[in-house]
Amino acid sequence: MIPRRRFVLLSACCAVSPAAATPAEVAALIQALTGDVPPKDGLIHLDLPVMVENGNSVAMTVSVADPPSPVEAIHVFAEGNPLPRVAVFRFGPRSGAPRVTTRMRLATSQTVIAIARLRDGSCWRDSVDLLVTLAACID
Amino acid sequence: MVRVLVNVPKQIAANEPFDVKLLISHPMESGQRRDQMGQAIPRDIINHFICTLDGETVLEADFFPAIAANPFLSFSVVAEKSGTLAMTFTDDHGVTQTELVAITVT
Repeated sequence: MIPRRRFVLLSACCAVSPAAATPAEVAALIQALTGDVPPKDGLIHLDLPVMVENGNSVAMTVSVADPPSPVEAIHVFAEGNPLPRVAVFRFGPRSGAPRVTTRMRLATSQTVIAIARLRDGSCWRDSVDLLVTLAACID
Repeated sequence: MVRVLVNVPKQIAANEPFDVKLLISHPMESGQRRDQMGQAIPRDIINHFICTLDGETVLEADFFPAIAANPFLSFSVVAEKSGTLAMTFTDDHGVTQTELVAITVT
């Protein structure tokens, strides 16, 4: 049996910090995406601030400069969020450039990863390590 | 019905990429939060977005709870001639809303 005091403390801790995803979980998601060939660094650029004051709304831009073949999709993952997937963007024939800006939530200081998949099958990766002062997802 | 703001340039040149900005007024409830009674607040987000120009896809996106409230999107479009941009999004209740914006190519 857990002493009442410890139980109260434990449940309080659980209430404020939802279980975060792990880097291994994200690595598994990326592997499911890219197959056995690990994604190469470069080509794709993930633009995020290194110091985040408010994790509730963080401006993010992902872009692929001069891709050798059309970009099929860009996937964004956040390793420290309760749910690691952030968004998937697929580009169609009327897309002017493989670039998207949006705003995301960050639960804690962590690494955000972007993976671009090109039509020729190659995958490219970029990541940003950032510090979050005020976390999202809690309240 | 949710409020949507769309911004497209007034002057668009043929085959010249231009940016579309979109702001959807939506709480994007993540499903991770609890109310004062400790009950989980159910997830309610926009999970799918697609923008087409006269039926041809520009951008298709899947959103997860990590997208901030009142989602903002900015992306690039290329047009050959004047047409209509259709921006369709779906929320967790399966409700779909489409915003139509006419663009004029000069």
